[in-house]
Amino acid sequence: MSEIVLSAPAAGYFTSRRLGLALSGLVIFCLVMMALFAPQIAPYDPMEIDLDARLAPMSPAHLLGTDHLGRDMASRLVWGTRASLGAVFLIAVLIMVTGFTVGSISGFAGGRVDTVIMRVCEGFMTFPTFILALFLIGVLGTGMTNVILAIVLTHWAWYARIIRSLVMNLKNRTYVLAAKAAGGGRVKVFLRHIFPQAISQLTILATLDLGHMLLHVSGLSFLGLGIQPPTPEWGVMINDARQQIWSNPELAIIPGAMIFLTVLAFNIPGDILRDRLDPSIADAE
Amino acid sequence: MLKLIIKRLLMLIPLMFFVSVVVFLVLRLSPNDPAMSYLRLSNIPPSEEALRIARADLGLDRPLVTQYIDWAAKAIRLDFGVSYVTRTSVMRQLLHYLPNTLYLASVTMLITLAFSIPFGVLAAVNRGRLIDKLSRVLAYIGVSTPSFWLAFLMIILFSVKLGWLPSMGLGGISYVVMPACSVALMSLCINMRLTRGCMLEQLHARHVLYARIRGVTEKRIIRGHVLRNSMIPVVTALGMHVGEVLGGAVVAEVIFAWPGVGRYMISAISNRDFPVMQCFIIMMTGIFVVCNLLTDIMCAGLDPRARLVGEEGPHE
Repeated sequence: MSEIVLSAPAAGYFTSRRLGLALSGLVIFCLVMMALFAPQIAPYDPMEIDLDARLAPMSPAHLLGTDHLGRDMASRLVWGTRASLGAVFLIAVLIMVTGFTVGSISGFAGGRVDTVIMRVCEGFMTFPTFILALFLIGVLGTGMTNVILAIVLTHWAWYARIIRSLVMNLKNRTYVLAAKAAGGGRVKVFLRHIFPQAISQLTILATLDLGHMLLHVSGLSFLGLGIQPPTPEWGVMINDARQQIWSNPELAIIPGAMIFLTVLAFNIPGDILRDRLDPSIADAE
Repeated sequence: MLKLIIKRLLMLIPLMFFVSVVVFLVLRLSPNDPAMSYLRLSNIPPSEEALRIARADLGLDRPLVTQYIDWAAKAIRLDFGVSYVTRTSVMRQLLHYLPNTLYLASVTMLITLAFSIPFGVLAAVNRGRLIDKLSRVLAYIGVSTPSFWLAFLMIILFSVKLGWLPSMGLGGISYVVMPACSVALMSLCINMRLTRGCMLEQLHARHVLYARIRGVTEKRIIRGHVLRNSMIPVVTALGMHVGEVLGGAVVAEVIFAWPGVGRYMISAISNRDFPVMQCFIIMMTGIFVVCNLLTDIMCAGLDPRARLVGEEGPHE
């Protein structure tokens, strides 16, 4: 067994990893392009109802067919990319900002401030995340804004905790102490010597989580709590297709496949990154 | 051991206090007026006069602290008020649906455990071979599949095309298979990879090397020296999976028309039935917290070091 550990992983392993990285990069690139240029790419208005063309099969006119109201599926998918990815990126940025602010205050200030903030974080982590998100949406009302808010509120505590320990670790590095000894003010030392390190780590963390967040967003939209119809979003499209599941199952299969592909494309680089970054896991691999 | 259990039980008190404060404050500080939804659901036109009476009825005109103490005092006695819709005790209604949800959640956990641990162990023992690679691919697929999509795929395949399994409702064993599998897949895959990782870590530990030197057979090494130690992080993670499963169950209950608390919660959200939401979240969080407590105790049972930590106090 031990010789397997010492020898380098087989060459084939690396190429399959590279292939995975390249493919997911390609998928993410295409998705971002679809989201950015949705009006140019989509052949039809995604909300245009055409009752004469209800549930049309796949054809050159409607590449992926139409749904129960005659809306073009391909156009809805493209526009759905914009809604889903937009929400996910917004959530990631908001979580990073809140998590970073709270976590670095806690880690940098220490003492009583730190204790209070950490107790609050632990309190938030007591709730099962999806259940708390449901409750928050129930109280605040349905809609995409509240879905985004709910997911941010249920996830910031994890980020704050990680950033706190990161900042506490960086705070005692010799170069930071040296900067302090040289007469740097707290704010300046923080901005110049701690912030750049911590923010890059945080960005990696948030990237790893994008897939997970998309699953939350589309799940809540699927339950009818997110974007309200007729606006296209992948989760909403699956929900719309529920009535047609016996006759036109592809209406549910295709948007789901989009979610699946997107999450997969986010997860594969994340996983590889995690293996690379964490030497203890890399060792075990 | 007993000390540890008592200590953990005592820790529940501040935790549940915090939970109740959050649940209470979120509702009271939200822009929505409970009196408004109360009137709407009672079909009373919301005039100024009616709103004032409703506020007095619901106690909304008193200071926040008094309202909280009043609410919490009732909540401790498991009284969460009456539903705005049905006018009956919220607790009693949720308790009526709870067994169905617990049934679904336990089957899900059972599936998760029954598949993740053996496959994780197999993948670790056959590291780098075909079965390990397959488990890696399966894990990628599993954590990327939205549970509601998986549910539809299963309905399309097993109910529509093959007609093997019923697609909705509550009944015999065949009814629970699809909902439970749709919820289980993600936890199953995460747990499988975790088991594999922990096994590998233990396989390279010195005591295992020593056992090999002594000539202990591979089977006995796995069973006696590796499995128990590597189960400790897995058991800890179980608590987390309970949270995921409770959340996933809500989605599955909606799709499969499963008469559980999650489906009731979703209808309460569209009705803006606030007492139901409050009771639901406290109930689910309570279950989650208790499960985490149980896994902590199980860990202490598996790992003598955890018992020591409990007696020495938190080591921060």
